[in-house]
Amino acid sequence: MADRPSKDAPAPNKDDSQKRQKDMIADHFDKLSRSKADGKKVVYTFVPGNLTELLLALDLLPVLPEINALQSGMRKKSGGYIAEAEKAGHSEDVCTYVKCDIGMIKSGNIGPTGQKLPEPDLLLLSYTGCFTFLKWFELLQHEYNCPVVMLHVPYQPDGVATPAMREYIVEQLENEVIPALEKLAGKKLDYDELSRRLALSRIAEDDLVAVWESAKHTPSPIDGYFGGVYYIGPIFSSFRGSQDAIDYYRLLRAEVEERIRLGQGPTTPDGRMDEQKYRLVVEGPPNWTSFNDFWHMFSKEQAVVCASTYTRVGGLYDQGFRHDPSQPLESLADYCLGCYTNLGLPSRIDLIEKYVREYNADGFLINSVKSCNSFSAGQLLILREIEKRTGVPGGFIESDLVDPRYFGKANIENRVQSFLQMLDARKTRMINAPMRSGPAVHV
Amino acid sequence: MSSSDFVSQVAPIKAADPCGALLQRCRTLVEDHELNHVKQWKAANPGAFVMGHMPIYAPRALVEAQGGLAVAVFGGGEEVDIIRGDSYFQSYICHIPRSTIELGLGGQLDVLDGMMFPSICDVIRNLGGMWKILFPNKYSAYVDLPQNFAQGIGGKFYAHELGRIAEEMHKFGAQKLEPEKLRQAMRDENLRRAAIGKLDELRRTEPHRCLASEAYLLVRAGGGLLAKEHAAMIEEFVLAAKKRDTRPRDNVRVVLVGAFCEQAPVDLIRALEKAGCDIVDDDFQLGMRMIEGDLDAEAEDPLLALAMGFIKKGAAVASRYIADEVKGKSLIDKVKASKADGVIFAAASFCDPALLDQPMLEVAMDEAKIPHTSFKYAENTGQFQVIREQAGAFSDAVKLWGQVE
Ligand code: SF4
Ligand code: SF4
Repeated sequence: MADRPSKDAPAPNKDDSQKRQKDMIADHFDKLSRSKADGKKVVYTFVPGNLTELLLALDLLPVLPEINALQSGMRKKSGGYIAEAEKAGHSEDVCTYVKCDIGMIKSGNIGPTGQKLPEPDLLLLSYTGCFTFLKWFELLQHEYNCPVVMLHVPYQPDGVATPAMREYIVEQLENEVIPALEKLAGKKLDYDELSRRLALSRIAEDDLVAVWESAKHTPSPIDGYFGGVYYIGPIFSSFRGSQDAIDYYRLLRAEVEERIRLGQGPTTPDGRMDEQKYRLVVEGPPNWTSFNDFWHMFSKEQAVVCASTYTRVGGLYDQGFRHDPSQPLESLADYCLGCYTNLGLPSRIDLIEKYVREYNADGFLINSVKSCNSFSAGQLLILREIEKRTGVPGGFIESDLVDPRYFGKANIENRVQSFLQMLDARKTRMINAPMRSGPAVHV
Repeated sequence: MSSSDFVSQVAPIKAADPCGALLQRCRTLVEDHELNHVKQWKAANPGAFVMGHMPIYAPRALVEAQGGLAVAVFGGGEEVDIIRGDSYFQSYICHIPRSTIELGLGGQLDVLDGMMFPSICDVIRNLGGMWKILFPNKYSAYVDLPQNFAQGIGGKFYAHELGRIAEEMHKFGAQKLEPEKLRQAMRDENLRRAAIGKLDELRRTEPHRCLASEAYLLVRAGGGLLAKEHAAMIEEFVLAAKKRDTRPRDNVRVVLVGAFCEQAPVDLIRALEKAGCDIVDDDFQLGMRMIEGDLDAEAEDPLLALAMGFIKKGAAVASRYIADEVKGKSLIDKVKASKADGVIFAAASFCDPALLDQPMLEVAMDEAKIPHTSFKYAENTGQFQVIREQAGAFSDAVKLWGQVE
């Protein structure tokens, strides 16, 4: 497929589900902009380990600064925000999501829909999978002077959630988090309402898993990374545990099943990708500042991503986890414990290996982002291990989440091209000598 | 760099210096990247368990209680050439994990039966996972330090965590944990803490008798010593230092913060001293000073007491959630307690906890009208001229105007 000369590749056409998601998000930001007038309380929190059902059960409105940062990246605002934060003394070495958020606050706190975001009434510091979260909300507390409530989620170094870990989280929920949220909401938590919301979450989670697993088909009806980041929007943010989420995922699943029936691929910046030359597994977050350009580097080569780890940061539903209305707090604890970056490196490697095999991938690619030590520290060992275990070649590229200075388009494109050529070479070798698997050499 | 080059560059030892021999011993220990002193200890204590640990804080008393020796691993500094380590970490990750991997793959850490990775940042956390893969026959423990500070919640969790580690160490060959032995190990830790307290007091009251670079060597040298032995060494130094024939200097007094994990080269500390700064407080090797007060060594449940030491007396460091205290208060208190004129923020490049903390601390210093300056370093930084000039300008400005424009 021909290259497109445009500076920014076109966005893919929108499916009905995507339009629906856009409406849901617009509605949520409308609610946020009216929150003070409507007497609603606003809680800022993070994606991994979010307690959305709990917030919704108490009529609290969530804001997720990570989502605002990524949206700022996509809207090409993040470069300015980061510069603003660095001017105010924030180091060039640290996570750019944090600096983007701080810069956005200093620039008037205008959210992705162009409306001003309300200030938080409380910061819910759910500390899952990343140490930067702790510092991020300390910084926001400095900006807003509002209360913070901490939920410390233990790490799973061996990929095992022990009863002691679960108990620790439940005790924090019962004794600290829920009382703080109740105080803010001005009412007691109705546990039946919490359970009802968790039951709604389950339904949406089932449909999301069906969407992920659809990528085991050939051609894959989805792109599990570039398209996948849209699919996780509602369930990773403010909608888990709502009827809106159920409706969205039902619609998405129906669209995906229809594509399977018709033998169609996903919509990409290069149109519908029915012909798929490469099947990839990707580790690491995407770059947001040149998102469509980045996707285009793959779609123009008919490379589809069938599974990715970034789309699991807000929950490993495809590994069996479901929220359980019969044990609401334990279930929230298990959810927080099981987010992808809360798993030890050996478990992350096991999971990626499983994806490479189960999704029948031709290649494995790491997008290592400068911002995020939570993801990035250890990725070079992940690369070696996956190559060793699967024989599938690995590629390694470097960029950043929202700092445009670290998206070297030509360099990344060269690396992607060499990586795909390596996959071609391996395929040719395997056709010529089908009994021998090719050497795994990464670029 | 050879050991003699290093010694000659670090600090001149006067023949008549009553602390000279001790400081020489400390230097030898600090430069012992082959861990020969640990090997000797192990040979003298056959079957004993040797547990390495990354900065900042690790429950060292637990290791001693189980008949073992805890060994602080502070990376490779400027002396270790990185050959393999760089191929494990991207350029935008700090230096200490790559030099630690280098030491591990190079066999210098073979004497360690296990490694503890305390939960202070994502890099050390992930390094713990890498260790499990690269050294599958060694014990690797992630120490999940609580961020909830209620006894019945975070205290209970951490005591359980310590119990788990004790059992796992036992499975790898350490003695079984017995309450009385843990009490004794905590008494020994208290001795070490008291000795370090005296050393710090000497630095604060008479910095000319104990340079920061010397205090640094003294504390760091104990990273691979039993607490009691380390305490005795420091006590001996404090007594000897009081006999030193030195005179007060016209230096500015500074507190240095942010260097709690990857260590600054000793020459860098010397460069700051030469630039006219008496570092009267710092957070190098913070682990040894992490617990600000005695552990309750007579408690009925010593494991809980060890946990509560961290919960109730843990220092306000960047990796710890400061629940009820105003950010920066602890640093302001330190500045006041040490009668410092200013603060130097010195963080390792790419160190998330230190660099994310710094802007908040800087605001707190501004509000308290405490002069401050900042720079970054790496453990293998070789050139200090720029830092020296910056520190010199800072010291002059503080002397002239009391604060920096
Ligand atoms: S370090 Fe990574 S996980 Fe943490 S806040 Fe930044 S981008 Fe998110
Ligand atoms: S220097 Fe900082 S970022 Fe690096 S391992 Fe140490 S605490 Fe973590």
